[in-house]
Amino acid sequence: MNYVRSLPHGDVVHRCFRCGYCKLPSDYVDFNCPSYKAFGWDTYSPGGRMWLIRAWLSDEIKSSPHLAEILYSCATCGNCKDQCVFPRFRDYLLDIFQEAKTELVNDGQIPPEVRDYFKAVMINGNPYKAPQQERGKWAEGTGIKKFSGQEYLFYVGCVGSYDEVGQKMARQVGTLLNNLGISLGILGDEEGCDGNEVKVLGESGLFQKLAAENIKKFTNKGVKKIITLDPHALNSFKKDYPAWGGKFLVYHYTEILAKIVKEKKENFKEYKVKVTYHDPCYLGRHNLIYTAPREVLKKIPGLELIEMRRHQQNSFCCGGGGGNFFTDILNKGEYNPSRLRVREALATGAQILAVACPICAKMLTDAVKAEELENKLEVLDIAQIVQRAGK
Amino acid sequence: MDDLWASLVEIVGEKGVSNKPEELWFYARDPGVLEPHYPSYVVAPQTTEQVQKVVKLANQKKIPIVPMGHGMALTGLVIPLKGGIVLDMKRMNKILEVNEKARYVVVEGGTPQGMLKAYLQDHYPHLRHSLPDAPPVTTIGANVAIHGQGRLTQQYGFNSDMVTGLEVVLPTGEICRIGSPSLGPYWFSKSPTLPDLSGLFLGWLGTTGIITKVGLKLYPNKKLREVEIFVTDRVELVPEIVYKLTHLEMLEDINIWFQPKPLIFKDNYHTTIYFTGDTEEEIEFKRKMIWDALQEIIDAKDGGFMGIQYMREQLLEMPQRSVAEFADVPRGGGFEYSGPIALVEHFPQFAGKVLELAEKYKVFYASTARIISGGQAMMFSISFAFNRADPEMMQRVKLALDEATFFALSMGAIPWKPNFREQQMTLQKMDPQTRKLLQAIKNVLDPQGIMNPGNWEVGE
Repeated sequence: MNYVRSLPHGDVVHRCFRCGYCKLPSDYVDFNCPSYKAFGWDTYSPGGRMWLIRAWLSDEIKSSPHLAEILYSCATCGNCKDQCVFPRFRDYLLDIFQEAKTELVNDGQIPPEVRDYFKAVMINGNPYKAPQQERGKWAEGTGIKKFSGQEYLFYVGCVGSYDEVGQKMARQVGTLLNNLGISLGILGDEEGCDGNEVKVLGESGLFQKLAAENIKKFTNKGVKKIITLDPHALNSFKKDYPAWGGKFLVYHYTEILAKIVKEKKENFKEYKVKVTYHDPCYLGRHNLIYTAPREVLKKIPGLELIEMRRHQQNSFCCGGGGGNFFTDILNKGEYNPSRLRVREALATGAQILAVACPICAKMLTDAVKAEELENKLEVLDIAQIVQRAGK
Repeated sequence: MDDLWASLVEIVGEKGVSNKPEELWFYARDPGVLEPHYPSYVVAPQTTEQVQKVVKLANQKKIPIVPMGHGMALTGLVIPLKGGIVLDMKRMNKILEVNEKARYVVVEGGTPQGMLKAYLQDHYPHLRHSLPDAPPVTTIGANVAIHGQGRLTQQYGFNSDMVTGLEVVLPTGEICRIGSPSLGPYWFSKSPTLPDLSGLFLGWLGTTGIITKVGLKLYPNKKLREVEIFVTDRVELVPEIVYKLTHLEMLEDINIWFQPKPLIFKDNYHTTIYFTGDTEEEIEFKRKMIWDALQEIIDAKDGGFMGIQYMREQLLEMPQRSVAEFADVPRGGGFEYSGPIALVEHFPQFAGKVLELAEKYKVFYASTARIISGGQAMMFSISFAFNRADPEMMQRVKLALDEATFFALSMGAIPWKPNFREQQMTLQKMDPQTRKLLQAIKNVLDPQGIMNPGNWEVGE
């Protein structure tokens, strides 16, 4: 191959047939690639992106803002890796997209939104440009203590720490776990960014720095087990940190809740409500945690769980993954994935759209407002629903 | 060109037109072996009226226009051989109507096959359409425009035979309805008892108009599907096997395939027999009829049914993902096939030719013949996989496919979805009066010669 650029997986890029299975869920009901759905050009589909990367590696096309938009509009939802027909090759799809973004980072050809995101995380330790001291403010008044050797570290991440919707979710989850007697503590103003979005946006150097700092901090404090609010953090802690020596037992909060309700440690009053559950990509497709949130919901008497047409492995991304929550590149397209998703949720007849990720919570809450559905559909995380049903 | 850009934006909006290098690079090619040709613009309409306006504009400016579905014909039919505008039809993907009792559906031309399958499963689980084994993103409009085949072709003919009406934007910009929808609201017949105008568009590879809506026959979706595979190592018996099976008049689909890998399949000819029923009794009755039909061959020890439990799920999948997987055999992301429509009795000669070409050009092969209309013909796919990173291998595949088409024509076969080179071979062999008629029709419909030029061009 006459490539003028190299990627770690550049030697397999040409294997994409662009057959298009990657655009669809397993039952073909609708396009399931958020960026293809949003922009409508084949170039924004996984196959199109892969072919363009090949053209770019061989210098047939040049770096450009448009190429960057195509690459950065990927929500890294993982539908393509699950639906690609080529065994083994499909395991590399997201790696290749990420490597191409890293190459753009190295070239300095990234979109301004991505550059600003990196700068904010680099300088402030979070994308909100908020003071580090305010990182633990969400926990004020909850009674949740700082980590000092408790069984679990409760890690909330940047969205849970600084975003209004995320903070509310962090408070609800933290309080619930605390009240259920889970031995946990937080890092508060010592918590750092987990780096998952930094990594998928292609800033591998910054990611390594963040990971190394977190691992050192966790290790020094004697952290053995972590409960995450955010599936994106769970993903990094589970999949990336071990390679840098950070070997912790990592759980998503819904897994802990599922264990509690299974052991019948939590009793519920009747809560008559119709709920549909949105699978976060980094909890579901990336980490195969599909049943825990559902087990919790199913234990609530009177609660009717109705699945959306696309759920579990076929779930449609809210559009916030791949850093798009912060950069908003994906939403430049004609069709906003989060708005499409709340319409799909509404079609089930559900009154509540249950979420288990602060990014999804924010994206879908905003979409409900944009669609003027506030009187019809409420976005609540699993812990909030549990609290409503609690005795 | 700036004027053209502004005009296109006025028609489809900024998000519906692109002349950026990334889109132009991508839409210049398809996944097959042919060379790319760059368009000037890619346009993605969302309504028939937008298509009409784009076509009128192209007419006015004498700019070529190439309609495109997913581009998986693999034979370069969506490559803009003379530049111009590629019209990506996939944003026109609405399922407009199902007439349950009359068993037809009306869809927009860019509707993916897989979406129609899912829609019917959700809303009309007792109905189905003839799903090709192409990837589920391939579109219904493109499929009928190339005379595609599907799972029900053995029973009911080409998918284009299942069309019940069309809406077409003519090369001069008029919107034209074909068949019963030209007279009223119903889409139940593409022609009878009118003159069959659908023939002006079906099989013309987008050179006579743009199909914006398709009426399509639906068929009963039986509760149960089953499959058997009959194996013989005597290629000359295949036509007889097919003849005996088609005599039953009760099979969903018959595919005969052979491939060198894995070794268990080498040198054998496998007839995959699909059948359906609403009860176990019906299934078992049909299974007995199938076995009885081939008993003589079994008794002569010339063939037998193979155990398929380990591959049953894969065989019953619709569409079969394994078809696309063939592209990964040389770890290079590509295959292309010549698919002549030929007599079933010529299966042994075609099979021999595949082996000869694979050996001569050192390429990976796999072949499947799909029986058409109860055995009147077969689509014999001569498929060669290639490594996209190996231009020399791609060239060998190209030469092998050219030779396959030359051979097919010598056998009296008709090339299916031929590339522009195969079209020229076909036109040269065609009766001169037929060729003249073909050109005359094109001249009338497309006086400016803007529709997918380079295809079905008779020349001087």
